[in-house]
Amino acid sequence: MSCDLTVEEAHAALDERVRESMQWHFSPETGCPYWLERASSLGFDPRTEVTCFADIQKFPNFDDEVLRKEDPSRFIPKAFEGRPFNVFETGGTTGMPKQRIGWDDYKTDYSEFSDHYPSDFFPQGGNWLMVGPTGPRRLRLSIEHLANRRGGACFFIDLDPRWVKRLIADGEYSMARKYQEHVIDQAVTIIRHRDIKCLFTTPKLLESLAERMSLVDGGIKGVFAGGTTMTPQYVRFIEEEVLEGKINYAPTYGNTLMGLAISRKREPGEYSLTYYAPQPRAVLRIVDPEDSTRDVEYGDYGRVELTTMTKEFFVPRFLERDEAIRREPCGEFPWDGVGDVRPFQSGTKQVIEGVY
Amino acid sequence: MSKETHIPVLRLGEEYHSLDTVELESAAGSAVYTHTANPGLIRRDILNLEKSKAALEAVPAETLADYCEAAAELFLHEELPVGNSTQSPQQYIESLSALTKLPHTLVKMNMGKVHAAMSQIRTVIGGLTRNLPLELFDRGLSAVDDLEVNFYPVADALGVSLPSNAPAVNSLWLPAPVLKIPVLLKPGREDPFTPLRIVQSLIAAGFPKEAFGFYPTTHEGGDTILMGCGRGIAFGSDATVRKYSGFPSIQVHGTGRSKVLIGDDYLGKWADHTETLVESISANGGRSCINTSAILVPSGRDELADAVARDLAAIEPLPRDHEEALLCGFSNTEWAGSINDLIDEHLKVEGAEDVTARYRNGSRLVEMHGQTYLRPTLISCADPGHPLANTEFMFPFASVTEMPQSQMLEEIGETLVVSAWTEDAGWIRDLMNSSDIERLNIGPFPTNRVQWEQPHEGNLFEFLFRRRAIQGNLAAVS
Repeated sequence: MSCDLTVEEAHAALDERVRESMQWHFSPETGCPYWLERASSLGFDPRTEVTCFADIQKFPNFDDEVLRKEDPSRFIPKAFEGRPFNVFETGGTTGMPKQRIGWDDYKTDYSEFSDHYPSDFFPQGGNWLMVGPTGPRRLRLSIEHLANRRGGACFFIDLDPRWVKRLIADGEYSMARKYQEHVIDQAVTIIRHRDIKCLFTTPKLLESLAERMSLVDGGIKGVFAGGTTMTPQYVRFIEEEVLEGKINYAPTYGNTLMGLAISRKREPGEYSLTYYAPQPRAVLRIVDPEDSTRDVEYGDYGRVELTTMTKEFFVPRFLERDEAIRREPCGEFPWDGVGDVRPFQSGTKQVIEGVY
Repeated sequence: MSKETHIPVLRLGEEYHSLDTVELESAAGSAVYTHTANPGLIRRDILNLEKSKAALEAVPAETLADYCEAAAELFLHEELPVGNSTQSPQQYIESLSALTKLPHTLVKMNMGKVHAAMSQIRTVIGGLTRNLPLELFDRGLSAVDDLEVNFYPVADALGVSLPSNAPAVNSLWLPAPVLKIPVLLKPGREDPFTPLRIVQSLIAAGFPKEAFGFYPTTHEGGDTILMGCGRGIAFGSDATVRKYSGFPSIQVHGTGRSKVLIGDDYLGKWADHTETLVESISANGGRSCINTSAILVPSGRDELADAVARDLAAIEPLPRDHEEALLCGFSNTEWAGSINDLIDEHLKVEGAEDVTARYRNGSRLVEMHGQTYLRPTLISCADPGHPLANTEFMFPFASVTEMPQSQMLEEIGETLVVSAWTEDAGWIRDLMNSSDIERLNIGPFPTNRVQWEQPHEGNLFEFLFRRRAIQGNLAAVS
């Protein structure tokens, strides 16, 4: 995912991706029923009037309720017709879930993620353990693909976040704790009895796991984690104490709609995270919560806005339930980054997150 | 203190500087930052409590009691470490006053209470254990008459989530380290100073530093402390009580709803004790759970309410450093406004009058001396079911309600302190049998009267230790 382009070249590549995407998703020969029908009510012709990323502003913010209401098959691009597809659901949603279909995007995302890290970061040939939500989620296949791509196999311990949410909502804290212990018990058993080198889990489960055993003594060499807020203090705590300063750590920001954003390399003693979207397939902007057409200044907090443009899927200007600091492009990623992500408005409201 | 004071986490005695800090308002323009412990960090320390226990086990309990007595003097008189700085007693008073809006007089009074609890630790522990010798905590065994008794700790540590508004409540956890139970403290946001000063005085007097955890932290961090230590004490509102009601290992000190019950036999005598009623309502700025929040009287409600209201209304806000200041400002000014609005809203319900309004010099809610105050308020209620008849606020506030003596015990509900003004032996028996009363004063005493050897709201020793039957050949451990 990291690239050798200049900021200007990356921007030009993004504009080119926008033009290709508009032709693809809004042409009857290649587009999907949902977007082709939606085009008639947009008030503009995306194929002729959206010719650069700035023009994406012409789309209104994407309402992800659509992914709950519409049958997923309405998002099959004509060009993919007849090909079996995966149906993925978003994390901890209860009730009717939001669904996204896909074919190869997750492989592309996780192949790039794999290529970003050197062979000793997540040792080549090492087996992986995923501890977290599997089920109908993209992540489950993605982690297995990542393990396979690096020459290893992947073991799984499932955690159902929907059940955890329900336990907490019902005030069944003790049962929620027991369920977490049950998950950790299984993970400890696998690490102790199989040759596991790499781990994917959520930060909270990672903490719990490390409270039960030394991950260093368990042979873990690299940990890939994402899913909740990681303040600089939290990252420092994870690296210094949970991972005992001896295990490689790759924090990421991602979801079913975007794929995953890698965090840039940090200097020793630097713990603030900045993530970079897999541009040009997906773009993250940090926008003014009161006017999402406006970027905030570098260094300021704003709401995270996602645009995804792959051949499989198009989502323009989806406002995430997160806020972050707008950060400058860097050597590894010549486009804007998003720093110190946290739940939207958590600076002013108490927000409960991270049930697992 | 230096211009910028950083109060780090104490991880079983070791300072830890977090990257998450909270800036607090402080005295004389200097900045104070508390360092926030993330919950996982606390859990990892809880995994290491064996070291803390071992450090305490290595010192005889009698010696620990000596240390506590010596620490009392250090707490009251000496300059003690506060993170990257030190703090004299006067600086402690000024800093705490700036954060909590407690006037200096009340900070000093609270200092005196903490000092008394530390200096009289043997009396306090004697009251908790019914005078079992301290060697019990070295050997686990003690002879009571001719019987050997064995007590064992039921928790690895005591976790305490402290309030910001009542420095003296720190005296409740003080016996624990002398009983060789490590203590993990979550300070209230506005009062990191008191628990830290106590801990530093205890360490300076000789306690092993490993015995103490000091964790400015989030609500989740507070829960981690309370649930992870085996035994926990929390302070708060009715909501706090509800939150932890399913956790028998957590003792919650909620609203007190303390009351003065005036018996039939005292009807003609209360006028001699109006001053006691005023003190009972207003001492410590009316912020304690042991302040009176309701007075029940068999008859003469109007007369009593008028007399008490006249004296209460005379208590005026004074600058924090005034030597006669009694009222506390509100560090959260919106909160003061909400309380005032709530009282006014409830006064619209028929049958209640703010009697203090007759004598008060201005409105209840007032901005004075750079702070927001609520002036003392006494409500006369015709109906015990009135929404203001049995409530509690963080300022001198009380209600007066009329009801027959015979009904009082049925009506009071859960009450932390009852001062029953009576000499009626039959009624005193009834009062002593009431399961609604946590602490009972008999006679014309204020509800805030505290005797150290008579602990209220649960016995810490019984909370932390359990007795086990033991018999056989105990020579090896005797």
